Amino acid sequence: MCTMIVQQVEIEGSGKGVGGWFNLQQANVSYDHPFNLPLEHALNIDFVNQAQGTGARVAVELDAASARALVEAILAVLRRAEAGGYLESPAQVNPVTGS
Amino acid sequence: MYQTNMYEGMLAETITLQGYNGEIINAYFARPLGPGPFPGMVLAHHLPGWDEWYREATRKFAHHGYATISPNLYFREGHGTPEDVAAKVRGAGGISDDQAVGDIQGALQVLLSLPYVNGRVGVFGTCSGGRHAFLAACRVKGFAAVVDCWGGRVTMEKEELTSKQPVAPVDYTQDLSCPLLGLFGEEDQSPTPAQVAQLEEALKKHGKSYEFHMYPKAGHGFFYYHRPVYRQEQAVDGWAKLFAFLEKHLNPPK
Repeated sequence: MCTMIVQQVEIEGSGKGVGGWFNLQQANVSYDHPFNLPLEHALNIDFVNQAQGTGARVAVELDAASARALVEAILAVLRRAEAGGYLESPAQVNPVTGS
Repeated sequence: MYQTNMYEGMLAETITLQGYNGEIINAYFARPLGPGPFPGMVLAHHLPGWDEWYREATRKFAHHGYATISPNLYFREGHGTPEDVAAKVRGAGGISDDQAVGDIQGALQVLLSLPYVNGRVGVFGTCSGGRHAFLAACRVKGFAAVVDCWGGRVTMEKEELTSKQPVAPVDYTQDLSCPLLGLFGEEDQSPTPAQVAQLEEALKKHGKSYEFHMYPKAGHGFFYYHRPVYRQEQAVDGWAKLFAFLEKHLNPPK
């Protein structure tokens, strides 16, 4: 170990974990040891909802080149969506179901 | 040396102990059966968590004759799979050094209180655990040996210091109170050979007893048989050097 290079970002969205869909609260982006990818360090993204326990997690581990390609793809798609007038404000949380 | 006509038994189980601030945490404890006296070991787990490799390592030390406790240094983060809990810690920038040292000290106190422990206890760790083991050996009195396997960030730049890790462990070197064994890989990115040399310089400056082995063609975590970083030859040699070191300092001939 361990770089301890990490940044947390508050997010809104849904993630599908082992227990099904849950509301995302935060993304933890780190460049540190992955659990599964066979590299010493990786760009790790954990989409989590800490209020729902440690198991509320969707994990992604990428090599650096893949992470950069993903960022570019996301930004390119958002640019196209914005140009097309498709961007919406965040979805409203259902006050009854909480999801 | 084990002989095939020897009796051998082991007890391994989860226990609880008082760690940092007197708080209760859980821990994995493995010990040889029999009256002893046995030397003791505290195992500080790595960033990937209080995982299967560490439970196996705990039993491995017990198999070699050591009453061994591996405290769950992530206990306060909640429970779940070791990966999920460790991911939470990784996302939060690690745990505080004070807390880790306090939990390791708690495990030491348990071992020293046991009638079948010979009063000599060592501390071992890999990765962040190597760093924590070194820190504990500097900040806690009572350890008789420390093994740092590729502990990263023992040397730290000022800009790396945080409220959780406010002091570079190397800056505690003058307080190191027991012999140190360090196992490292030449291809490691953290610690790099240059960082290991920096630690060695501090040990020499303060006249500390240490033994370092820098393995060629090995990187970070070369003991981990479940990862591509595993290096069979270096790992076998490293374990042999480790147990020879512990035998010398924790279980000297009567």
